[in-house]
Amino acid sequence: MDGILFYTFGAIAVLASLLVVGQRNPMYSVLLLIVSFGALAGLYVLLDAPFAAVTQIIIYAGAIMVVFLFVVMLLNVPREEPAPPGLLAAARGRTIGTILAIVLAVELVWALSRVREEWFRPGEAAERLTSVREIGVALFTKYAFAFEVTSILILVAMVGAVVLARKEAADERR
Amino acid sequence: MPSLNHFLVLSAVLFTIGTAGVFLRRNLITILLSVEIMLNAVNLTFIAVGRFLGTVDGQIIVFFVITVAAAEAAVGLAIVIALFRHRDTLSPDAFMSLKW
Repeated sequence: MDGILFYTFGAIAVLASLLVVGQRNPMYSVLLLIVSFGALAGLYVLLDAPFAAVTQIIIYAGAIMVVFLFVVMLLNVPREEPAPPGLLAAARGRTIGTILAIVLAVELVWALSRVREEWFRPGEAAERLTSVREIGVALFTKYAFAFEVTSILILVAMVGAVVLARKEAADERR
Repeated sequence: MPSLNHFLVLSAVLFTIGTAGVFLRRNLITILLSVEIMLNAVNLTFIAVGRFLGTVDGQIIVFFVITVAAAEAAVGLAIVIALFRHRDTLSPDAFMSLKW
């Protein structure tokens, strides 16, 4: 049963991601990426991580992707432009990119398939993993500093986004 | 239960798809989306290894990665909007000078 679910969710995630990369219209790409994130959330549940799955749905699919959707609609550029002449010819660039990607895939799959499960001290009780309480305790004790620094990161990102995206005030001042 | 290798190979495939998207697409928004695919592939690795180690550390790192991804999306999209105002295009080939 777990095997069937793994292959189903894995196939959905891979197919949706491939279509994200294959689309020319960014609107479809964003919507397909949400599908891919949903499949990944299913895989997290299979891995006894329901908290991560819910976070994935609420924050990733719910919040971050909505920001992307807003920007796609705001800029309203449904088509990708053809490569300008004089640069690396489009067909050649595409071939090189595909070859590099395939090389990377072979490397990663080769390296990761050599990982042995025995390297890891296997299975303590699974309920420790699924409990949100355990995650909260670790987050506010062992990782308390990183957690607090995260709030500064978010503040900086917020201010940075506002400063970068506002209309050019410098031109008006001149 | 699928083995750890199943999950690691799946995340390798997803990571490669994201990398290929960065190489192949000529649209800044799709490139940012490909980066999100790569981040998610890494998240899957963290959760899978954390599960087989029997600790919650993997899930906590995923929590931080999602936070960083949110910050990255906000700043990245703000830069995309600012660039679009200047050049009226989303093609990365249009932005080859450091100053204009």
